[in-house]
Amino acid sequence: MPERKIRVLAAKPGLDGHDRGIKVICAALRDAGMEVIYTGLRQTPEQIVSAAIQEDVDVIAMSCLSGAHDYLFPRVTELLKEKGVQDILVLGGGIIPEEDIPTLKASGIAEIFTPGATTTQIIDFIRNNIRRN
Amino acid sequence: MSALERIKAAKAKYEEKVAKTLQKMPERKPAFVNTSGIPVERVYTPLDLEDFDYMEKLGFPGDFPYTRGVQPTAYRGRFWTMRQYAGFGSAQETNERYHYLLNAGQTGLSVAFDLPTQIGYDSDHELARGEVGKVGVAIDSLWDMETLFKGIPLDKVSTSMTINSPAAILMAMYLVLAEKQNISYDKLRGTIQNDILKEYSSRGTYIFPPRPSMKIITDIFEYCSKEVPQWNTISISGYHIREAGATAVQEVAFTLANGFAYVDAAIKAGLPVDTFGPRLSFFFNAHADFLEEVAKFRAARRIWAKTMKERFGAKDPRSLMLRFHTQTAGCTLTAQQPLNNIVRVAFQAMSAVLGGTQSLHTNSMDEALALPSEQAVQVALRTQQLIAYETGVADTVDPLAGSYYIEKLTDEIEARAQAYIDTIEKMGGPVVAIEKGYIQKEIQESAYRYQKEIESNERIIVGLNKFQVQEEKPKELLKVDPTVRDKQIERLKELKAQRDAAAVSQALAGVKEAAQTGANLMPPILAAVRAMATLGEICDTLRDVFGEYEAAPFV
Repeated sequence: MPERKIRVLAAKPGLDGHDRGIKVICAALRDAGMEVIYTGLRQTPEQIVSAAIQEDVDVIAMSCLSGAHDYLFPRVTELLKEKGVQDILVLGGGIIPEEDIPTLKASGIAEIFTPGATTTQIIDFIRNNIRRN
Repeated sequence: MSALERIKAAKAKYEEKVAKTLQKMPERKPAFVNTSGIPVERVYTPLDLEDFDYMEKLGFPGDFPYTRGVQPTAYRGRFWTMRQYAGFGSAQETNERYHYLLNAGQTGLSVAFDLPTQIGYDSDHELARGEVGKVGVAIDSLWDMETLFKGIPLDKVSTSMTINSPAAILMAMYLVLAEKQNISYDKLRGTIQNDILKEYSSRGTYIFPPRPSMKIITDIFEYCSKEVPQWNTISISGYHIREAGATAVQEVAFTLANGFAYVDAAIKAGLPVDTFGPRLSFFFNAHADFLEEVAKFRAARRIWAKTMKERFGAKDPRSLMLRFHTQTAGCTLTAQQPLNNIVRVAFQAMSAVLGGTQSLHTNSMDEALALPSEQAVQVALRTQQLIAYETGVADTVDPLAGSYYIEKLTDEIEARAQAYIDTIEKMGGPVVAIEKGYIQKEIQESAYRYQKEIESNERIIVGLNKFQVQEEKPKELLKVDPTVRDKQIERLKELKAQRDAAAVSQALAGVKEAAQTGANLMPPILAAVRAMATLGEICDTLRDVFGEYEAAPFV
């Protein structure tokens, strides 16, 4: 049986329309052999969590450049906990001030990628930290 | 021997010399190409412009085809408008920033609205959670608008508002505010962005589907051409298309294609082209490749002028003139060594000035990290003042004209952009091209290519993939007051308790009726604003009639 591909839900929570970064990452993850489902813009945390469960993904990769990450990212991890989901790796990226990162990580976001991060770093991080096979 | 023959002969000798030099010292790259994929030759000479007809291609500044600029004296008369895009938190905080900027010598205002305002939600809407006051100021009603412009007489400033789907509503608020200041509409100068097509392809703050959106836009054209004659009713924007990843050629092509679609829609709605043509304005990006950018602005002016004249039959010279605002490229700024961004911005701003911009925003050095701090904004504004007062580039009009390279590149960008425009027209115009995902895919491919070039070190970004240093992330960043949303919600409650509820319902019914019958929406929206209806209430009324746009994620 062929090895199952890593499945990633790429998501844009909130009202932010900056999708250049997430779309570049979608293309890079696909070129790295992963299956990527992109939600499109304006997703609520509820929609993201339900899509992640329905699509049975290994990773949720969220991008937010509007400054609403402080509410939206932890809301996603909170909802995952409420649903008893523990094995999805959650990543965040965007314009995220350094001082916000510890709180986000404490809420269950595994890593935060900020401007200058390469797609290779993201791909490696996913491969090394994936929680299920 | 003719002059050209002498040059040809000399060039042959030069090539021999080059061949010898290359044996000893190869060039840095096997081929040089700019961001648009246009090959950059080693040297340009009159041979590259053999059939160049000065009068046809350039003419004089202020003359068709306006390649050299739309005004005869350009910056010798008056510098460009220095206009920094600003807005965050509450209307009161933003008002303080505006006074600070005006005192620092800024000559025009540019309002940044938060995302809920841009997408037509009041601050108390569930989807506004986390977003209120973040990327701009929160405006829910006329009350907030009054606070935003407190102490600023509207006949003394020109104001640009980055607002698209709800442009008619913010425009109406501005007009009602003018009434309250006893200023007649014909004294008002400024711009609303009002460019929905690039929202679908690149920026994302759409509300309604394309057809009713185009109808709202033509309503604004019609209303303002009669009532607010000095107002720029649209700012057709390439900025966000470029930020989303497009090349310089794609930026020109997709922006002008959108522009032609608006012209077409307005003509089909029965407006003669010269009634609204003079009030169309543009907004471009100033990116990293200095000479490519200068040529881009010049090429855009030429395509616009020719098409307005030949395809749409415009007669008023002002309909043929492409006037534009420029912003330096946010996407080129790095979070690493942020001071370097001051230098990037200075070069980009200089390209916009050499390209003949009418107004300019210079980005702040800390924008890859957070909203700009006051000090960063000051340096950004000083950069413009330095270019204006110290460098001398503003003392002669279109100083790079006649450069063999600049003219060749201007021609090349024009030809390549025109080819894209023709492709889009054949597909049925930009609305169809967006629905098919064509424009989005073109932009995404360019964005991905650019990122791969950076990651393979083919493209060097100083401080990012070369000349890196160990550094601490800066601490003094601007933080938006986390209680803005709560305060806005309180204000909304107070507003709703004070206003005449029956008058609001009646005014909203008027908006609904106009939306259903196809009457011009501006008069009923003005009435609703006067009755203190909120932005969210007016947008919801329109949503009920027009529905909402569902984007297919083309990835």
